[in-house]
Amino acid sequence: MTNIDPATLFFAAIFTNNILLTNFLGLCPYLSISRNLRSAFGLGAAVVFVMTFTAALNHLMYYQVLIPLKLDHLQYIIFIIIIAAFVQLVEMTVERYFPALYYILGIFLPLITVNCAILGASLFMVIREYTLIQSMAYGAGSGIGWMMAITAVGAIREKIQKSGMVPKGLEGPGITLLITGILSLAFMAFSGMIQIQ
Amino acid sequence: MQKPPPANEIIKQGLWLENPVLKHTLGICSTLAVTNLLVNTLVMNIGLIFTLTLSCATVSILRNVTPMRIRMMVQTLIISSYVIIFDIVIKAYIPDISEALGPYVGLIITNCIIMGRCEAFARNNPPWPAFLDGLAVGAGFSLVLFAIAVVRELLGFGTLFGFMVMPEGFTPWTIMIMAPGAFFMLGIYVWIVRSFTMQFNK
Repeated sequence: MTNIDPATLFFAAIFTNNILLTNFLGLCPYLSISRNLRSAFGLGAAVVFVMTFTAALNHLMYYQVLIPLKLDHLQYIIFIIIIAAFVQLVEMTVERYFPALYYILGIFLPLITVNCAILGASLFMVIREYTLIQSMAYGAGSGIGWMMAITAVGAIREKIQKSGMVPKGLEGPGITLLITGILSLAFMAFSGMIQIQ
Repeated sequence: MQKPPPANEIIKQGLWLENPVLKHTLGICSTLAVTNLLVNTLVMNIGLIFTLTLSCATVSILRNVTPMRIRMMVQTLIISSYVIIFDIVIKAYIPDISEALGPYVGLIITNCIIMGRCEAFARNNPPWPAFLDGLAVGAGFSLVLFAIAVVRELLGFGTLFGFMVMPEGFTPWTIMIMAPGAFFMLGIYVWIVRSFTMQFNK
């Protein structure tokens, strides 16, 4: 059991252990949806929300149901089902009660089920043996870290698009990967501030 | 129903023309993370090919009895079952590597390529071409990751598969074994390949 203060964990997940820039998770939607700032932000917000709650739900499921029943080898299947079900539920609720919010997040929600970062956060939580509160802090932090990365890249790509100076072969994913490398270098400056495994 | 494409066509498409990493930059999430050591990359790629081929074949066998509306859920369950089998096997036989790969084995489930191939190909084709398609796409994917891993391990540690190959006094490029190295390498590969294909198509 690790004894890290949840607040520390929250900031560590954003800066020093950013789930995208150091653990490479959630790259597919990151590369395909980051064409402009607006959609990048919408997807990011949806990820923060889903990640926080699925981390908590999966934590409860794992420690209250799977461990007592000795079914922990089924964790992958159970986690992915919970994530899919949660996303579906959120989508229906938001559509029914918050049409304005649905307008912003709606099209991004189904994409989230296959976002590796969400499942990744749950798996890290099990491997590092976080408590429920720590898991929620870690989930929220990772979500915000992911959102920061995709928003930053969305904005940079928008600018680059306007400049029109990118070589032909580098357009699209190529330049995005190089920018991500530089972003990742920048975030390495934070390492050493807080250390989590 | 249209006829499935011939075998050599499937292989050519998977390996090069429709290479999932270089052309679509899909599915790199879970696998890019382990490219700093060749051994880890090898195990991860075997896992991916194992899951991809068998999932494609299974989805294809079940294609006529799967209700359309819940097909995504069925596919996810098939994929996760194979990943669990792979995970248990490597935990039993190569525990060190299993430890090093950590959560990334489980993340094969959310690898977009597997879902993508099931949706795009296996769902509409008989089992044998679907199996072959999985194999070709998996091999194309593995090749690129190997190319990344070779450079990263060589420059980052000075070794290949753990054997020292660089001369005495070689200073390892620490940046290569850290996250930015992987992003730069993949970015550069995508750049080179796209430029070449564009020249070729002219």
